[in-house]
Amino acid sequence: MDAGSIGSSYKSSSRCPLQEQFLKRKNNRENLDRFIPNRAAMDFDYAHYMLTEGRKDKENPVVNSPSREAYRKKLAETFNMNRSRILAFKNKPPTPIDPIPQELLSSYVPQTKISKPRRHIRQSCERTLDAPDILDDFYLNLLDWGSNNVLAIALENTVYLWDASSGSTSELVTIDEEDGPVTSVSWAPDGRHIAIGLNNSHVQLWDSTSNRQLRTLRGGHRQRVGSLAWNNHILTTGGMDGKIINNDVRMRSHIVETYRGHQQEVCGLKWSASGQQLASGGNDNLLYIWDRSMASSNAPTQWLHRHEEHSAAVKALAWCPFQGNLLASGGGGGDHSIKFWNTHTGACLNSVNTGSQVCALQWNKNERELLSSHGFSQNQLILWKYPSMVKMAELTGHTSRVLYMAQSPDGLTVASAAGDETLRFWNVFGTPEVAKPAPKANPEPFAHANRIR
Amino acid sequence: MASRTVAKDIITLRGSAAIVSEFFGYAANSILYNRGVYAEESFGKVKKYGLPMLLTQDEGVKSFIANLTAQLSEWLEAGQLQRIVLVIMSKATNEVLERWNFSIETDSEVVEQSVSREKSDKEIMREIQAIMRQIASSITYLPCLDEPCVFDVLAYTDKEVAVPFTWIESDPKLIANPQMVKLHSFDTKIHKVDTLVSYKNDEWDEQ
Repeated sequence: MDAGSIGSSYKSSSRCPLQEQFLKRKNNRENLDRFIPNRAAMDFDYAHYMLTEGRKDKENPVVNSPSREAYRKKLAETFNMNRSRILAFKNKPPTPIDPIPQELLSSYVPQTKISKPRRHIRQSCERTLDAPDILDDFYLNLLDWGSNNVLAIALENTVYLWDASSGSTSELVTIDEEDGPVTSVSWAPDGRHIAIGLNNSHVQLWDSTSNRQLRTLRGGHRQRVGSLAWNNHILTTGGMDGKIINNDVRMRSHIVETYRGHQQEVCGLKWSASGQQLASGGNDNLLYIWDRSMASSNAPTQWLHRHEEHSAAVKALAWCPFQGNLLASGGGGGDHSIKFWNTHTGACLNSVNTGSQVCALQWNKNERELLSSHGFSQNQLILWKYPSMVKMAELTGHTSRVLYMAQSPDGLTVASAAGDETLRFWNVFGTPEVAKPAPKANPEPFAHANRIR
Repeated sequence: MASRTVAKDIITLRGSAAIVSEFFGYAANSILYNRGVYAEESFGKVKKYGLPMLLTQDEGVKSFIANLTAQLSEWLEAGQLQRIVLVIMSKATNEVLERWNFSIETDSEVVEQSVSREKSDKEIMREIQAIMRQIASSITYLPCLDEPCVFDVLAYTDKEVAVPFTWIESDPKLIANPQMVKLHSFDTKIHKVDTLVSYKNDEWDEQ
């Protein structure tokens, strides 16, 4: 049987495409009857080599050495990944599996390219405040900006509140020496209550308007509580013991659930906007995605996804505001990369090497941009365009690694604090249109450097 | 499209995009039918490209493909679509079994300067017809899909494309060590579509 007859039989099959099947595969070893639709695509030299000499290699299967893998990846990158994005339709076609809840099907607006004027991003900070005695510890989360526009910062044993609208400072609480220092600070979504994690493993709950302590959560962790995250009435705490505990702050026995997975300190903890998924990063270089629905199902593991791609502690975590299920994570010293994840499927979408340890990440709520803060050697903040990951701006000013970052509720200003004992404000996401009367009215000669104490 | 006595037709960018996205709709249906992803009874026959084409009657799948082709058409008109991939995965293990790859080459001059091209409508139909036949006859060499499968569609677009609300980023869902068969291509003189199917090696193919 030669190719010629097969060719002519193809032509005659135009009468009945689905009926006659000349080409049954009789014997898998003889590739004689193979239907070859397009001869032009065949590489005869290669085919000949594979048929004759290629066989010999089959005894020793080619081991995928790491260099081969890296080479292949690099090739793919050059040829493919740099030029194209791979998109899948959000609503999957119906199958016997439960379909994902259908969003409105036909209502998409074609994205017309309105060229917005490029906004000018000031390279220097708007203002600097003193933050004496702030702890230079990578694993802590000492800064948070509440929805009431009040910034909370923990300086060793004391928590201060700075009202951004008036510029006034007040002290919330000073912890005893033996219980402190304060290791984490987090505002509740209502902007009124604030949770404070301590070195002695307790978590205190305060009402900031009346300056009253409401309760203390104890008994959950054995070591310091370095990370906190709120999800409505659930306060999730991450400890140095590697445990993640969901506390219902309304109930007397507050521990609702314990997530075990991390082997070392949990330094990054963030709930998704929907409150359905929790991302946690630890000193063990692992990134876990926990899903609330897993608790009820008989899953073999508590977590939904476990990622070990980072090669250093994962502290920087940020959920994308405009694309649910998209999470950005940053690795510490030794890793230097920002990775993007689809937390629905667990796929790693992109990985970018930033050249410096990533301490914190913040998404721009209004534009498609991501801000990352770094350590050695420039201690800068980098603004990236998403998804191209082009650097739009690099903001310098800090003289030690920028460990803590928080975003204002209006989404225009970012506050960053570092071990150089300064708290800096950057109008990186946009310029507030409303003039700030309070600070301008201050006639003091050193108005640009207010003291907190 | 003006039809002159010489039977040469003018193709515009919009017309070409419509042809390609319509082709993809029918090709997807044909693949789903021939590979047995959905039950044969759920398909109905229509006449298209001079062949009896089978279209799914299932509302869900129909609307999925309709939304898809609408979006593809838009991307094609902007010249931003690089390829479309239809993946068939095992329902149980989510392993990718087959990958139907339609690569698209766009004539950028047409996109930028909105000129139009000339090609006989009949000839394009003939080329598409050939591909449809090849898809149908592909069941002779593709491995049997014994287990229930699901399908998904991936679109490779330019990096700058703004992701529409209903689309998300995905990984390429490649097959390790695939067997590949290249099918015919068709060309509207504005978009050239190449078809390639890659599938997982059947176990008894290995030595």
